[in-house]
Amino acid sequence: MTEQAPANEKLLATAGALFVSFPHCVTLGMQYLGNVGRKPTLKVAWRDDLVGNPASGVLHGGVITSIVDTCSAIAVTAHMDELETIATLDLRIDYLKAATPGKAIYCTAECYRLASQIAFTRAVCYHDSPDDPIAHGVATFMRDSNPKPMLAEGAA
Amino acid sequence: MSQFMETFLALRDEKRFADIIAAVPYARLMGVECGEDENGELLFWLPFAERNVGNTTLPALHGGLIGGFLENAALLHLMWNRESREAPKIVDFSLDYLRSGKATTLYAQCEITKQGKRVAHVLIEAWQEDRRKPVAVARAHFLLSTPS
Repeated sequence: MTEQAPANEKLLATAGALFVSFPHCVTLGMQYLGNVGRKPTLKVAWRDDLVGNPASGVLHGGVITSIVDTCSAIAVTAHMDELETIATLDLRIDYLKAATPGKAIYCTAECYRLASQIAFTRAVCYHDSPDDPIAHGVATFMRDSNPKPMLAEGAA
Repeated sequence: MSQFMETFLALRDEKRFADIIAAVPYARLMGVECGEDENGELLFWLPFAERNVGNTTLPALHGGLIGGFLENAALLHLMWNRESREAPKIVDFSLDYLRSGKATTLYAQCEITKQGKRVAHVLIEAWQEDRRKPVAVARAHFLLSTPS
């Protein structure tokens, strides 16, 4: 199946780089790996200060929440011609199985419906393949949540 | 019993709040603090830190960070209030963002809505200056036991 191209390829690349440059994402070491069609993929490498349970070495669920939130937001921008500020309205994570200690976490997200005011997204987190997910996330975003531009004019 | 639970229960009995947070690496990275309120209920707070910001133009706390803070609060609240020697496992977590998180301390408090044999349901509320104006509300399900 061929993937639908991003509405604005340059904007998606810019948004991907911008969103992972936010301080919290830098703290987690989040990387934007690019996109297949309108689906971006992010990565967070395993690190001992991101662990939730020190006895098992499993990453904290909060790291999953952050990668899902960020990746889903980038997926929304794949549908936009121009960047608008968006705000997460709600987010649900299903923890399908424990993450494996020592392994990087990847997240691939898609915006499956962009309505006039709300964007609807779904995301999977995995180690090796999206077909073997460790977590699933659904979210909604409020479009145009703030008039303050996120990018300097003409940046994308 | 896991080594983590053993450590936690020993720290709980002595109310060593800072050491409890220090035992959870990601909670320490976020900068979480906790203690008891005037009613003896567990209260969590997160002093503002630049590294926790999402959108820098507003600036606002990162939504994922708020989620992590609340999920961590729910887990510790449940462990604090249970007698079990097994660590609960999170099943799902659902979060509603009501206001953007401003550059000031974020608070959270939890309530165990239901605790069954196998599953517990925890409600979490987060606010900043005014508790009547929550920044986010969340709920989580935890598995309490592993099948033997």
